[in-house]
Amino acid sequence: MRVLALDSSGLVASVAIVEEEQTVAEYTVNYKKTHSQTLLPMLDEIVKMTDMDLQTIDAIAVAGGPGSFTGLRIGSATAKGLGLALNKPLIHIPTLEGMAYNLVDSASIICPIMDARRNQVYTGIYRFVDGEFKILEDQIAISVEELIQKLNEMDEKVVFLGDGVPVYAKQLKEGLKISFTFAPANMNRQRASSVGLLGIEYLKQGKTETAREHEPNYLRVSQAERERNERQKAKESKEI
Amino acid sequence: MGETKDVLILAIESSCDETAAAVVKNGREVLSNVISSQIELHKLYGGVVPEIASRKHIEKINQVIEEALEEANVTLEDIDAIGVTYGPGLVGALLVGVAEAKAIAYATAKPLIGVHHIEGHISANFIENKELEPPFICLVVSGGHTHLVCVKDYGEYEIIGRTRDDAAGEAFDKVARAIGLGYPGGPKIDKLSKEGNLNAIVFPKAHITDAPYDFSFSGVKSAVLNYINGCQMKGETFCQADIAASFQKAVTDVLVENAMRAVEEYGMKKLAIAGGVASNSSLRCAMKEACNQSKIDFYYPSPIFCTDNAAMIGVAAYYEYKKGTRHGWDLNAVPNLKLGEK
Repeated sequence: MRVLALDSSGLVASVAIVEEEQTVAEYTVNYKKTHSQTLLPMLDEIVKMTDMDLQTIDAIAVAGGPGSFTGLRIGSATAKGLGLALNKPLIHIPTLEGMAYNLVDSASIICPIMDARRNQVYTGIYRFVDGEFKILEDQIAISVEELIQKLNEMDEKVVFLGDGVPVYAKQLKEGLKISFTFAPANMNRQRASSVGLLGIEYLKQGKTETAREHEPNYLRVSQAERERNERQKAKESKEI
Repeated sequence: MGETKDVLILAIESSCDETAAAVVKNGREVLSNVISSQIELHKLYGGVVPEIASRKHIEKINQVIEEALEEANVTLEDIDAIGVTYGPGLVGALLVGVAEAKAIAYATAKPLIGVHHIEGHISANFIENKELEPPFICLVVSGGHTHLVCVKDYGEYEIIGRTRDDAAGEAFDKVARAIGLGYPGGPKIDKLSKEGNLNAIVFPKAHITDAPYDFSFSGVKSAVLNYINGCQMKGETFCQADIAASFQKAVTDVLVENAMRAVEEYGMKKLAIAGGVASNSSLRCAMKEACNQSKIDFYYPSPIFCTDNAAMIGVAAYYEYKKGTRHGWDLNAVPNLKLGEK
């Protein structure tokens, strides 16, 4: 099995070609958000470097959200275009599950956190049991206080990763009553090889979708919808 | 000389609130033109919400492209190049089309051609008017753009006039909202105007002294708002239809005057209109009459090619293809892309 993987959910742009036994190529840049200009040239680079025939790919895995709305759409539209043109299925990898896969077989429970602005983080809680990936808390947008409370209740050692770490490190240190570590610099951001590796698992389980069906999972409605809903709620409560 | 091969372009457009794809043959023949409009969704908000537009684009884009290929009875293998709108427009919306088009072109090893949205609108005139060739003057009027353009050759433009503030279509939307018609304003004002007296109220026509071809629509819009305010202050009712008709006349008159002056000044024999507002019946009527009087050939696209669509992008992409325009895999969306700049 061979999976082409993309992640442009955050500041990182990352592309990889992953097989069951090895990563054929990976290109990750954690610099500036110019994914529209960088993602496809990065893919072109690794395809050329490895003389890859794109028709030999079994599926295209993409970090499908949450993340930067625009970043997610660049990754999704790229995956959808590739899927349409190559007639290959897509694999929608929840962004935080893909990140947790950076730390396969960690003894601690794994908690990726992405800065979601508006005093929230996108997060999830995961663990590996005898090599098997378990979701303890599915990905969600919550305040860091809520997350701290959940983790304190779980009362287990935690490893954190993600771009939310530098933003919330101080609050975590102050609020957590459990032991915890931060993942090292080679593991602590999105990596397409991890998306690809989990993608192979999804593929084995038949969890694919057509390129046409695929759309990002933002975990949040747009600001306009949110404000409209709030207005309607206010109106309803007035009428009552 | 061997037989010239047909050139098929697959075109994608997602610059605002329509997700569109089309297949165009040899730059003039539309084999398919699929448009998925989001207008009903944006009505809830009184205008286009960029984030919602972008979300809808990604939901619909593959379906729209697949339908365009199917309707044209071709497969991707038959396509010679992929054309896509890369500006101007809403950046998040543009990015969906651009990323999708790049991925398709890349995976099929076909040339990628980025197209200017306004160039697309102008090129819509080539679809139904097989005899039309540059040079000509084109007035592009839509919700986002008001440009008076001298089309010197295929893909060669000189902008001779533009709006200083609101686009013409934007003014229609704002006035429609003020008199309680809702969004989108253009078609609603057009329809209601037919019941009103276009000389009932005299709204000002803005002329810009140092730039005779430029437009300004914020003045007439403000005049309408002031008029309504005045009525309300005095406790008088106002006639929606009269306001609509009089406002529409004020806008149309300026558009026609400037366009006709440009035709004369540049010694052109042909005038075309394009863009969403080019569907406006009063504008079409007034332009036709002015052109008849001045013995100028007048061209306008059917409404389906006035609204945002991908067929027009396919036409423009064809002429860029002929000229050798090719874009790289780093093509980005450019929300404020200028016409004639590449």
